Amino acid sequence: MPEISLNVNGRAVKGEAGGNMLLADFLRQTLGLTGTHIGCDTSQCGACVVHMNGNSVKSCTVLASQADGAKVVTIEGLSSGMDLHPVQAAFREAHGLQCGFCTPGMIMSAADLLSKNANPTEPEIRTWLKGNICRCTGYHNIVKAVQSAAAQMSTRAVAAE
Amino acid sequence: MYSFDYVRPSSVAEAVQALAGKEATLIAGGHTLIPTLKQRLAKPRLLVDLGNIAELKGIRREGNRDGDFIVIGATTTHAEIAASSDVRSAIPALALLAGGIGDPQVRYRGTVGGSVANNDPAADYPAAVLGLGASVVTNKRQIEADSFFIGLFSTALQPGEIITAIRFPVPVRAGYAKFEQRASRFCLVSVFAAQKKGGMFSAGDVRVAVSGTGKTGVFRVPEMEQALKANFAPQAVTGIKVSASGLTGDMHGSAEYRAALVTVMAERAVAAAA
Amino acid sequence: MTVQGIGAAVKRREDFRFIKGVGKYTDDINLPHQLYCYILRSPVAHAKIRSVNTDAAKAAPGVAAVFTGADIDASGVGGIPCGWLVTDVHGGPMKEPKHPILASGKVRHVGDPVAAVLAESFNQAKDAAELIQLDLEELPAVVDMKSALSASRTGAGTLVHDEAPDNLCFEWELGDKAATEAAFARAAHVTKIDLINNRLVPNAMEPRVAIGHYEMGTDDHTLYTTSQNPHVIRLLMGAFVLGIPEHKLRVYAPDVGGGFGSKIYHYAEEAFVTWASKRVGRPVKWTSERGEAFLSDAHGRDHVTHAEMAFDADGRAIGLKCQTLANMGAYLSTFAPCIPTWLHGTLLAGQYTTPAIHCNVKAVFTNTVPVDAYRGAGRPEATYILERLMSKAARELGKDQAELRRMNFIQPNQFPYQTPVAVVYDTGDYETTLNKALEISDYANFEGRRAAAQAKGKLRGIGVASYIEACGIAPSSLVGALGARAGLYEAATVRVNPTGSVTVLTGSHSHGQGHETTFAQVVASKLGIANEQVEIVHGDTDKVPFGMGTYGSRSIAVGGAALVNALDKVIEKGRKIAAHLLEASAEDITFENGAYTVKGTDKTKAFGEIALTAYVPHKYPIETLEPGLEETSFYDPKNFTYPAGTYICEVEIDPKTGFTEIVSFVAADDFGNIINPMIVEGQVHGGIAQGIGQAMLENAVYDENGQLLTGSYMDYCMPRADDVPSLQVHTVAGTPCTHNPLGVKGCGEAGAIGAPPAVINAIVDALRDYGVDHIDMPATPEKVWRAINAGATRMAAE
Repeated sequence: MPEISLNVNGRAVKGEAGGNMLLADFLRQTLGLTGTHIGCDTSQCGACVVHMNGNSVKSCTVLASQADGAKVVTIEGLSSGMDLHPVQAAFREAHGLQCGFCTPGMIMSAADLLSKNANPTEPEIRTWLKGNICRCTGYHNIVKAVQSAAAQMSTRAVAAE
Repeated sequence: MYSFDYVRPSSVAEAVQALAGKEATLIAGGHTLIPTLKQRLAKPRLLVDLGNIAELKGIRREGNRDGDFIVIGATTTHAEIAASSDVRSAIPALALLAGGIGDPQVRYRGTVGGSVANNDPAADYPAAVLGLGASVVTNKRQIEADSFFIGLFSTALQPGEIITAIRFPVPVRAGYAKFEQRASRFCLVSVFAAQKKGGMFSAGDVRVAVSGTGKTGVFRVPEMEQALKANFAPQAVTGIKVSASGLTGDMHGSAEYRAALVTVMAERAVAAAA
Repeated sequence: MTVQGIGAAVKRREDFRFIKGVGKYTDDINLPHQLYCYILRSPVAHAKIRSVNTDAAKAAPGVAAVFTGADIDASGVGGIPCGWLVTDVHGGPMKEPKHPILASGKVRHVGDPVAAVLAESFNQAKDAAELIQLDLEELPAVVDMKSALSASRTGAGTLVHDEAPDNLCFEWELGDKAATEAAFARAAHVTKIDLINNRLVPNAMEPRVAIGHYEMGTDDHTLYTTSQNPHVIRLLMGAFVLGIPEHKLRVYAPDVGGGFGSKIYHYAEEAFVTWASKRVGRPVKWTSERGEAFLSDAHGRDHVTHAEMAFDADGRAIGLKCQTLANMGAYLSTFAPCIPTWLHGTLLAGQYTTPAIHCNVKAVFTNTVPVDAYRGAGRPEATYILERLMSKAARELGKDQAELRRMNFIQPNQFPYQTPVAVVYDTGDYETTLNKALEISDYANFEGRRAAAQAKGKLRGIGVASYIEACGIAPSSLVGALGARAGLYEAATVRVNPTGSVTVLTGSHSHGQGHETTFAQVVASKLGIANEQVEIVHGDTDKVPFGMGTYGSRSIAVGGAALVNALDKVIEKGRKIAAHLLEASAEDITFENGAYTVKGTDKTKAFGEIALTAYVPHKYPIETLEPGLEETSFYDPKNFTYPAGTYICEVEIDPKTGFTEIVSFVAADDFGNIINPMIVEGQVHGGIAQGIGQAMLENAVYDENGQLLTGSYMDYCMPRADDVPSLQVHTVAGTPCTHNPLGVKGCGEAGAIGAPPAVINAIVDALRDYGVDHIDMPATPEKVWRAINAGATRMAAE
């Protein structure tokens, strides 16, 4: 069985990965990182979104072998310990989640958006989140959470200057 | 998924060699292939990943006596094309098209070469390739758009032939308009309209290509091209209807509806042309 | 210490584990030595099973066992039971054919489970399933309800079940037919409509999962499952399917990723993995793929209705009649028969004084996935009928759609109000929510916005819908008389720990609703202790005494009431302990802000001291009072609750493509008292998005052979972030429910009930210049475009 090596959440990891193993399964089963969820089989729901080499990707549509050598960040690696990334904090503050199943993918996608576009408009947020389906919230508070995270992060950035 | 082996060569030559093995399939972004494998609709023995081949990546503008081109390496992603300053300045409609494919995660992984090679009738790129009169460059030859797209999911590519780049001629102006199939967010109908650069004494040709709805995939609309050559303005195509008989129809849109959308999207593509 | 009690917008405590990615959903559970189960499902809608040959599959790599319906039948296991018996209009019971765990004799829908492979890995199980030789003799498929009902007359004679002639499960009626006909006979105007309430697939984002684990040493069974009501599953599966007594069967539903009704029911896979684990002596795990979910999760809605409403010369509604065909699918899912009947017909009065109502429902078997409750369940269908009729009538009568509703409203002084369709509304104030919605939506200035839209080539329309729903399901004696095979009370235990923290065990189940937060608020309010001192435990039959679960917007109205009653018992026992400690009579002790005080004195004991005393009863009235401080209450509601409100939707349509954009959506709801306004608003947002989905995007489509054409997100259109607008949701101060201790009504389904008619009324209004008076859901761009074109053609001809 071929072995792959990659960096997941800042840690070098190795594991066996047959050609047909998905990155999502490698994360969930081999590494036990079950925060990454699988909600569909047609690459649309986005519950499985993680960051790979700085971009958000659907880990159910990336082969584990394709991630060989990559730097992957999952929801578990977005913040450490009891800390929260501003996007995570904003989702709680704005009640941007209900059942929580789509939430890790949604947060990873939103965090990627804000890393590329610090101050997105509401239509930009809604368009960006096309690849993440939520059945609970009607997206209203998700959009608010992303807006509030953007404001929070730009305040921090200003304060840091 | 059925089980298969996986290799990631670092040159086109190695990829060609790997592909010569039995039941091997190329994978680039994998955003069509992996879902297909998950549904067990394909059973390759080997996947040959083009993702690690430096010569297949990148965007450059090539101006020479033959003209002015944007050349995009086959494994360049939709996101890279959408963000490219070269593409945005030379062919903004192409950047817009790339930036509107699927969703951000699809655009980070999906590649122009993969999309063109797959020739999904509901994909975006075939409209741009045909609408701009681009050429598909392979490891063996250069294929003009008009002879590249043969039918649904089929192209002029031969076994063992790998797309290395797409050469898009820079037009005078071009526009793209898409009406999405709301569930999949693929094209229900999309139209790419371009006014090409002419010679010193001749006006450039106009090309209009439609994706999403042709029974045999992407197609041109000569009547619209004629009308737009005379007058490159939205109202020039308002009265031109394509026949529904050549169009697909399904629960997402009948052929008759799609035919009407072709005209509307053509108007909007022309109106948006820049 | 902070007490964030009833009415506070407390941030959710459950969020931390979800935003950190450390929630525990059923698929996150893996047991040592587990086998993976893959279920082979029927590829055709209707066929006789000639044979199922599993020899090659059994020999495939990694395969531990392969089972078919024959194995299940041989083991003497029962079918999946139905939880509700509807009595036919002719007096007999509904037809209730067996619903096998694995198909036996026939397959009856695409997706019907035929065989199950257990292997060391999921891929091996799936590989082996391809080796199963299924010899089927295909039969014609019954798909369309109207032709299903005429099977004998058309000579086709195809029956889903031999015991249901003409594929009729039952015919049911409610209301006074003669009085209704009399009303129509004297009507000044009659508005008629034909409607389709489109079939939906619930699509909770977490696919279903079931893990069976049998432990031979103790003869204990555990089922881990994605359920909204683990005790109901234990009851149905233990008692009716597998014959496992409750004390030997634990059902555990940990974090559950949404339900919307689809995770109420007892499913075949749950029974199968529980049964199979004992057979093979290893844990057995089944995880649904999304494509499989489309073919095996119960679907929702799917009604075809003709309805008429009679008005007098002033525009007062004097009669309503409707005939509905309701699709049951191939088998009766757990609560299927009650959805188009008791949860539908009883809501047909709506907010109006219509004195005579009659409704007839025929429930039909077809070769499709079973249909059951989906968010709203029967009430959206009733509301859609009524609210489409109202807006259509307003146009025909030349009246404003809001004003026609207003003049027909039940007035505040008429409560309690006996409707002509069995139920009694305890309270309500419909003008307040109507006025609020009109105000927020700036209804008065709509025509100006319409003209502005027209100037830019868009068609703008506005739609009003005033809904009512029956929640807080339900009084056991009432539902028992109506056919429920269970009680619909709820249970709660309040366990005060020695140091004063509180563990609540509730039979309600949270799968997104935030019970861990809201129930803690109720406890904090009642006991005057910090919210962090309260833990809410749910979902595990080994921990929680009993429960009927979460559906029908019942958690706070029924589960919350049980909690309050248990808290009252705790407070009363504490009062006796305090009286002893304070050397006063219990009648003289008050309990406020977490302290027992002797009236008129400063003699006081904190709740925590009382708790400690109860567990360290050194100074304690031990002769008259047991030690400990733990109380359980079972609460059986006295009536349904009746949340109500008005929704107003505004759309703009691109006439060239039919593309419709919702430019404004306003909700004004009366939910009675509110525990947590943030969570309530979130529930309404989600419901509205599902309602918009039904109205414009979602549709489960079968072809004539019974193949589901919309079996993935490529074809079944889920609402995405750019499909729904920013929502303006407002909860009015409202009319508290009069018969439960919290005065609450429930809010989970309102959005899904009120939104579809508001959206369709807006679209039809936008198309009024084209003479369009109805458009079926989902109002896709093509349907809208066709309506415009047909109208334009018609007008040109005139």
